Amino acid sequence: METLERILSGHPFFAGLAPRHLDLLVGCASNVRFKADEFVFHAGAEANEFYLIRGGRISLEIAPPGRMPLVLQTLGEGEILGWSWLVPPYHWVLDARAVEPTRAIALDGRCLRGKCEADHDLGYELLKRFALIMEQGLQAARLQLLDVYGAG
Amino acid sequence: MTIAAPAPPLAPTPCRIRRVARETRDTFTLELDVAPSPVFRPGQFAMLYAFGVGEVPISYSGDPARSDVTVHTTREVGPVTRALGALRRGATVGCRGPYGAPWPLDDARGHDVVLVAGGIGLAPLRPAVYALAARRAEFGRVAVLYGARGPADVLFARDLERWRSTADIDVHVTVDAGTPTWKGNVGVVTGLIPRAQIDPRRTTALLCGPEVMMRFAAEALRARGVPAASIRLSLERNMKCAVGWCGHCQLGAAFVCKDGPVFGYDVAERLLAMREL
Repeated sequence: METLERILSGHPFFAGLAPRHLDLLVGCASNVRFKADEFVFHAGAEANEFYLIRGGRISLEIAPPGRMPLVLQTLGEGEILGWSWLVPPYHWVLDARAVEPTRAIALDGRCLRGKCEADHDLGYELLKRFALIMEQGLQAARLQLLDVYGAG
Repeated sequence: MTIAAPAPPLAPTPCRIRRVARETRDTFTLELDVAPSPVFRPGQFAMLYAFGVGEVPISYSGDPARSDVTVHTTREVGPVTRALGALRRGATVGCRGPYGAPWPLDDARGHDVVLVAGGIGLAPLRPAVYALAARRAEFGRVAVLYGARGPADVLFARDLERWRSTADIDVHVTVDAGTPTWKGNVGVVTGLIPRAQIDPRRTTALLCGPEVMMRFAAEALRARGVPAASIRLSLERNMKCAVGWCGHCQLGAAFVCKDGPVFGYDVAERLLAMREL
């Protein structure tokens, strides 16, 4: 059976982290499972985790009043879910729902925020990695806005 | 002995429509009886003439191994494609071709191959997938990454499923905007690139779709370590003569009809970056 330490150290998102930082992360990590259609989190709720998806698929949704929920993005195996734990006021902006049975590693953001304040090297390493996730999300949103397949 | 004069390059051959298939809301496929059927290579295009309306370049989208019919899939975006889309079985269109540079499948032997398509861009890539499937043992891993606007806009859905289930091809489909009943991926096609199981240094990438999408996809592939020269993309410009005479499709020093439509990203990158072109 794979240990949390081995899973985290082998994941590209955590590549290059110092062993002492990896140990800190492992101390904040736990295995979680979600059934199909189960919500991982709801918009507006406190954001105190992020997730490394190990299998299955999660959809990020927004539910405008009086309308059907709109799926903005799906995330699958190997991808990172959630960065609101890192940005005040630490509230989720979207709903996250398991499209199919999904297993993940949850990392306790509240625990990590404290460790990042105490060890700025760890904070910088995590911020660099999450900045990349945010940048990719921003570029993807811009491409979606362009509606490139609908033009013409 | 009488030697037949070669057909002038701009003279179309009348071709009877064998079948018209509606693919999605705004795309359709024409199957044409052509005798003899021209031998085309994946990535090439033909000029199709709607009599009395005009002529447009449309890629071959069928199996290059089939000699009894030529297949073209396109989207209704202007007067000529709308006129072609309104034709029925038994009607006649003018055809000439094949033209242009094909996908470099022979150069990809021994490599992993990743095909990234967006929207109608799957049509010019479909012959390449047929050819890769027919010669599957010659290539490493093969992945098709396809992005469409929404679930109803997914082109060749049955082919995608068949390639996934029977041709040892890794197929990932995503849509820009999901619906409540769509259970697949939602997000831009570039988001699928990290999922392709490839050895970047030994990968040939074939891209076709809207230019903005191809630029982002090429950059995502480069970020994974695929060399620019191994990334090929199919460009679209205003092609008229298709033989490099008229200059309508000039892009920098190249004519897209003759030197392309398939270009290496090492060449295309700077051309795509120039607003004036």
